[in-house]
Amino acid sequence: MTEAVPSYLSPTGQEIVFLLLGAVAVGAGLLVVTTRQLVHAALWLVVCFGAMAGCYLVLTAEFVAWVQVLIYVGAVVVLLLFGIMLTRAPIGRSADLDSGNKTVAAIVAVATAAVLVTVVIDGFRTAYTPLDPGTGAAKELGSTIFRNWVLPFEALSVLLLAALIGAIVISRTDIRGRN
Amino acid sequence: MSLMSMTLLAAPAADPTLDDFGHDPIGIVILKSVVIFVVLMLGVLFGVWFERKLISRMQNRYGPNRAGKFGLLQSVADGLKMGLKEDLMPRTVDKVIYFIAPVVLAVPAFLAFSVIPMGPKVNMFGVETPLQLTDLPVAVLLVLAMASIGVYGIVLAGWGSRSPYAMLGGLRASAQVVSYEIAMGLSFVGVFLFAGTLSTSGIVAAQANGGSFALGDVDIPLPSWYMILLIPSFAIYVITMLGETNRVPFDLPEGEGELVGGFQTEYSNSLKFAVIMLAEYVNVFVVSAVSITLFMGGWRAPWPISMWDGANTGYWPLLWFFLKMVLVFSFFIWARASLPRVRYDQLMSLGWKILIPANLAWILLVATMRAMRLDGVNQTVVLILGAVVLAGALAIWLRFDTTLQRRREAKAAQVEAEFEQLQAEPTAGGFPVPPLDLPHYHGVGRKEVPSGTN
Repeated sequence: MTEAVPSYLSPTGQEIVFLLLGAVAVGAGLLVVTTRQLVHAALWLVVCFGAMAGCYLVLTAEFVAWVQVLIYVGAVVVLLLFGIMLTRAPIGRSADLDSGNKTVAAIVAVATAAVLVTVVIDGFRTAYTPLDPGTGAAKELGSTIFRNWVLPFEALSVLLLAALIGAIVISRTDIRGRN
Repeated sequence: MSLMSMTLLAAPAADPTLDDFGHDPIGIVILKSVVIFVVLMLGVLFGVWFERKLISRMQNRYGPNRAGKFGLLQSVADGLKMGLKEDLMPRTVDKVIYFIAPVVLAVPAFLAFSVIPMGPKVNMFGVETPLQLTDLPVAVLLVLAMASIGVYGIVLAGWGSRSPYAMLGGLRASAQVVSYEIAMGLSFVGVFLFAGTLSTSGIVAAQANGGSFALGDVDIPLPSWYMILLIPSFAIYVITMLGETNRVPFDLPEGEGELVGGFQTEYSNSLKFAVIMLAEYVNVFVVSAVSITLFMGGWRAPWPISMWDGANTGYWPLLWFFLKMVLVFSFFIWARASLPRVRYDQLMSLGWKILIPANLAWILLVATMRAMRLDGVNQTVVLILGAVVLAGALAIWLRFDTTLQRRREAKAAQVEAEFEQLQAEPTAGGFPVPPLDLPHYHGVGRKEVPSGTN
């Protein structure tokens, strides 16, 4: 982290691309919740995740970017689509996609965004990190995770394992309760 | 001395490293991209011909032999025919998605080829440049990511064309490719552990020399290709590459026996179908190229040829790479000619219950081996940890196995008891009533005896 704050005027190419990708991500995110077509919502989510992967790439976090594509685009949304197709998969507009809680949800979303933006701007206002290519490669990331952040990493793994086992237990009908 | 430093010392100067990428003038970049694109297109044209010809010979027939010498122009004729056909758009499909699905299928397939190394550094119009479009520190991840984007093409083609057959094909494809991608990614881990890098050129460079394994005082030379050194990883990769590209014996997404044409049913034989076909073949080329890069020494000449000093210099490696591609592609055709299509539940249980656990166990073993060979590592600690993990895994397996066995026995006993009761009281609905299935033969209270329980 360096303290030298570059000027906001005359943005570099990287900054412009980053801003554009951010705009794509936000726009696609809005379309996810406003579109009337169920499958299109999932596809806008893909665009949103892709734009975020692009943001990571601009910030030279290559490993995170491709893992984002691999996991979120390649697995999570595919499973979402799989679920939609397995149930109804309507082509065209559905009338009943609006939730009754949409006002509350919008308020919560805006509030969450406000909190996050305030925290990030407050915390990192003058902190600029140099974007050297190669710092986001697997080697650096691996040594950081397994040296400095190994405890949160392991805790997260256990959490995911618990969720996994929970999903198996819920979905299997031949595992009886203890009664 | 560790394997990494040995290979680094031994690597000849012409070997491209990560620093050599990103400095090409724009003209060279465009030239390389165009050459890759054109070669892939030609590769598909003649790949289709080669596949039809080879599989014909395996089935004792001639195959295409009318268009051009040896039927070489058959695919060209097919392509022209597809271009001239009427482009049907079914009336109720989701038009945008129906239209972009083939494109989504094709573009990532081509993109994945940009990180495949095809040769050392050469002099191209006065510029020293590697025979590879680009490389990243995480290039193999890029290939995997592109494969996972390609799934969308199949899923969207299946959903967008609004046909039950296409939809079922899309469903099968999404489940299959996601499952097999996990096993595929895991089969790369051993390679990463040995090569110490995720960059494709780095992995090829790491396979230049085998290094050796010090066992006491004896140095056992290790084979240089990971195909031999990591043979379980390679075997799993070969299976997953068939699954990932929807080729026989895992071609259920387009299983014509039950789904007409699967996800591509509604793409009548027009240019869109040609694009789908193109994407499938390019995908096959991509997984073949990845298998060559990661497991078969990349563009390096195989053993007898590598005795010749000039084998790994200049443009010669393009030839070795091409020959290896032909061999791997022939393997695909060989598999298609010999194997029947598996059932869907067999496919899934192979992927999840065999490939992934076996892969994980093998990764543990490889990681332990690597840990033992690190400098300044207490080998006893590693061995003790390994023994603890092994004992734990065995205990878990034993616990599950005994529970399953107990459950199976309980079920068998229950069925047995029912049979005995039915034998004693024929009026309860059992013996000697003939086994007819209509409920009024048995009374309402009869319990079904499902197959496979006794």
